[in-house]
Amino acid sequence: MTSLTIYRRELSSYFSQPTAYAIIVVFLLLSMGLTFSFGNFMRVGDASLEWTFFFWHPWIFMLLSPAVGMKLWSDEQRTGTIELLGTFPLSTWSAIIGKYLAAATVWLAALLLTFPIMLTVNYLGDPDNGAILAGYIGSFLVCCTFLAITMLISACTRDQVVCLIVSVVICVGMVLCGYDDFTRELGKAVSPTAVEAVLSFGVWDHFRSLNQGLFRLQDLVWFSSFIMVCLLGTSAILSAKRS
Amino acid sequence: MIEVVSLTKQFGSKRAVDNLSFTVNKGEVLGFLGPNGAGKSTTMRMITGFFPPTSGDAKVCGVSVIDNPRVAKTKIGYLPESAPLYHDMTVLGFLKFCASIRGLGGSAKKEAVERAIETCFLGTVASQSIHTLSKGYRHRTCLAQALLHDPEVLILDEPTDGLDPNQKHEVRQLIKRLGQTKAILFSTHILEEVEAACTRAVIVDNGKIVADGTPAQLIEQSGTGSLTDLFRNLTTQDT
Repeated sequence: MTSLTIYRRELSSYFSQPTAYAIIVVFLLLSMGLTFSFGNFMRVGDASLEWTFFFWHPWIFMLLSPAVGMKLWSDEQRTGTIELLGTFPLSTWSAIIGKYLAAATVWLAALLLTFPIMLTVNYLGDPDNGAILAGYIGSFLVCCTFLAITMLISACTRDQVVCLIVSVVICVGMVLCGYDDFTRELGKAVSPTAVEAVLSFGVWDHFRSLNQGLFRLQDLVWFSSFIMVCLLGTSAILSAKRS
Repeated sequence: MIEVVSLTKQFGSKRAVDNLSFTVNKGEVLGFLGPNGAGKSTTMRMITGFFPPTSGDAKVCGVSVIDNPRVAKTKIGYLPESAPLYHDMTVLGFLKFCASIRGLGGSAKKEAVERAIETCFLGTVASQSIHTLSKGYRHRTCLAQALLHDPEVLILDEPTDGLDPNQKHEVRQLIKRLGQTKAILFSTHILEEVEAACTRAVIVDNGKIVADGTPAQLIEQSGTGSLTDLFRNLTTQDT
């Protein structure tokens, strides 16, 4: 119940200020722009949207997702409202859940607003809508993973800019480490085991299978455990800061 | 109503609160005095359950803040030192949000919010966004959230800080009035407030109580008839 109250407050905070609108508009412009320019949407004839549309999402999310999540705890610490939350009869966990779901809802709204592209491929061709749905789920999970990382970082600092920079660096790393060039360069510097360890943090492997319409248990476990670890970490950091 | 037993807080090598014990009963307004850094806010934060003490306990209406923080917090209304608020909300929206967190709903929530707005004279700014308000109104908005659930215990950290003389007078009168039915612990730097609003006062220095008594007793103890002299004699001047 208290999670719901926190969720409503956070969501109305996003939409009572330009933040959510600005991020949604930038996301729509970037995702559509990349689809029709570099994605060659009209020439490729890929109705599954895998390469033309979804391919660009992790690249956009790694920059924009932290912009949505950076205020979650940093702002509470900067303004001192964390003292109000900490003395209300609610658990830290319910505040974490409420805030996280509100930020995730902003991204859900952004993704849903890309529906014209789905209408377009259905009009132009005969796509597998199940695969497109899986692509959307994959996109949303990547975004939620980046949000969870941002939330964890925002619990560490009261400075939103620091939170944004650190979160973007981590998210960029998670996107880049699925690339062969990156792996090759990394292999020159560290041992193969370390390369394996670093690669396990990459999002592409898990995102790509969903993008191809494959629901693999290991991907869902990877995304959900990554998110859970970040949320638990957030709770631990907030508790440690208050002790 | 408030029972503080051997409360201690250690931050690294610094002992911010050192074995502090006192009680505040119903109908009592306890003024919590001391220089900056004496441990007043730290003590209040421990009683309100914001952070745990290193040792000792605080009981609110018989409920331990350590063992049962959720229940203890329902009995406390707390005004933090800087009166933090969500600046993107309206006064009404903020108070409704706080009332919902406190478990109030429906007509009980509506009545609680209306009562708090009336008590803190916020009627004219209720629909205004908090970031457009003056410091005095912001302070009173934060005070209003502390009164929403009609708590038995009020803990107010420098409630008159930054207010103009008229607002200070209003808040003192409010504390005095509320103190008739509640237990109030409030910290202040303004020694005249002790005489104006408190039934009892304690002076803390370096985390320890150095004086405890009614305003009249403290004035008598000073020997010069001045609380300021007593305060200056008992507290460390370089903190």
